Amino acid sequence: MTLLYTERSATMQGFLRSDGRKGIRNVVVVAYLVECAHHVAREIATPFRDQQTHLIGFPGCFPNAYADRIMERLTTHPNVGAVVLVSLGCESFDRETLAEVVADTGRPVKTVVIQESGGTAAAIAKGQAWVEETLKGLASTPTVPLDPSELVVATICGGSDATSGLTANPAVGRASDLLIESGATVIFEETGELIGCEHFMADRAANEALGREIIASVEKAARYYTLYDHSSFAPGNADGGLTTIEEKSLGAYCKSGKSTISGLIKPGDQPPCGGLYLMDVVPDGEPRFGFPNISDNAEIVELIASGAHLTLFTTGRGSVVGSAISPVMKICANPDTYRRLGDDMDVNAGRILEDGIELEEVGREIYDRILETAAGRPTRSEALGHQEFILTYKSFDPIGPACLPAAR
Amino acid sequence: MDDPRLLRLAEDDNVCAVRITIAAGETILIAGQQRPVPAAVPTGHKLAVCPIAAGEKVLKYGAPIGSATQAIAPGEYVHTHNVQSDYLPTHTLADGQRYLDSE
Repeated sequence: MTLLYTERSATMQGFLRSDGRKGIRNVVVVAYLVECAHHVAREIATPFRDQQTHLIGFPGCFPNAYADRIMERLTTHPNVGAVVLVSLGCESFDRETLAEVVADTGRPVKTVVIQESGGTAAAIAKGQAWVEETLKGLASTPTVPLDPSELVVATICGGSDATSGLTANPAVGRASDLLIESGATVIFEETGELIGCEHFMADRAANEALGREIIASVEKAARYYTLYDHSSFAPGNADGGLTTIEEKSLGAYCKSGKSTISGLIKPGDQPPCGGLYLMDVVPDGEPRFGFPNISDNAEIVELIASGAHLTLFTTGRGSVVGSAISPVMKICANPDTYRRLGDDMDVNAGRILEDGIELEEVGREIYDRILETAAGRPTRSEALGHQEFILTYKSFDPIGPACLPAAR
Repeated sequence: MDDPRLLRLAEDDNVCAVRITIAAGETILIAGQQRPVPAAVPTGHKLAVCPIAAGEKVLKYGAPIGSATQAIAPGEYVHTHNVQSDYLPTHTLADGQRYLDSE
């Protein structure tokens, strides 16, 4: 296989933002600030959904510091070019502060308050007019050269089966190592699906103190899931040949490759420099708001909030999801699933089992696809219109001083 | 020598994954002996490659994936009926339930 990706990387362009980060997409985000504004926000976005206009939002009426922070991170994400905030008018979400944070980055921002706008139809018309006008301006957003070292790539698995840890996950691990050699940032998760791997990870930590933090984060996850009497393990995982959470975890762990683990972050924390980071997605304190992440997209949103330009999503059973804001690339682990759902998949890693293709070759293919995606080629989930989004209540303490040794 | 349809992930593993579905009634070479496969083993599922005692750790990727709940013979299918997690219980579909589209 030739090193086509190095040639192609010279031509990658990004959208330069005021904080110095560069986007690989230029999305208009329409964000509802309470479920009561969801319909209006969706109607504002729908006519423009094929023009990079994505719907996000937070459904709750009660305040939540985690949700505030994630919404701030998402609306100032490098892939976002402009923002519409849709408020009913009486919810507790602090829309003024969010609008200020976005405006301070130089992005166009519009707040539509339904109760002040004359109701549903008037609010929709107002929002749509603004998006239409703003899209014209965004079309001429200047671009600058983008180096692979500037990319932040997230990895996740969903709909795992016994092939996930044999093909797609270790192939993503190879791609992760290639990215880190290029100076890029890779974030893997989630601690509830790394149960049984904590000591292997600690051995790969940049220093011993970080290793202890990693072990503590997995112990927290095991304790949290024990209180709910349910591991992060769906019946489909067992149907697909996975016997225990440890087996699922060891397979998921392969996504992290062999690089040194540079740090432990929580949702919304931005890695300070290139390298491999583990995201701790399990809330701190007494379990209050339910399961840590109720579905795969909740994790994808957290990874995007930490700056991920795109997400590598491995699947054995066959997930079809995409995401708002950042492209999702599917790496299919199971050759039978690829035959059924190939149209949804970007990479067929099942060839490793059936055709004897080497993991390294699929790893390079994934790396190459990452650069193509960063250069603007839509992933399958983007082309199929997937823009899933979910954000719910959580609470976190800030990370400890030992978690980011490189930052000091 | 392992059967080529088996994928051994680490030297010390006492289970192997199968690369392709092995149909019921076939035999498979494990620990120098052809062993019968009484029920189909789908792609990625596991077979024991040496005797595993009740309570012994089951090793895959060179790491424990749980403990045997009963003695497991070489060639035997390894799954939730004879292995349990050392951390959290595994939730499965009720017997007889499948993931299928409704007709």
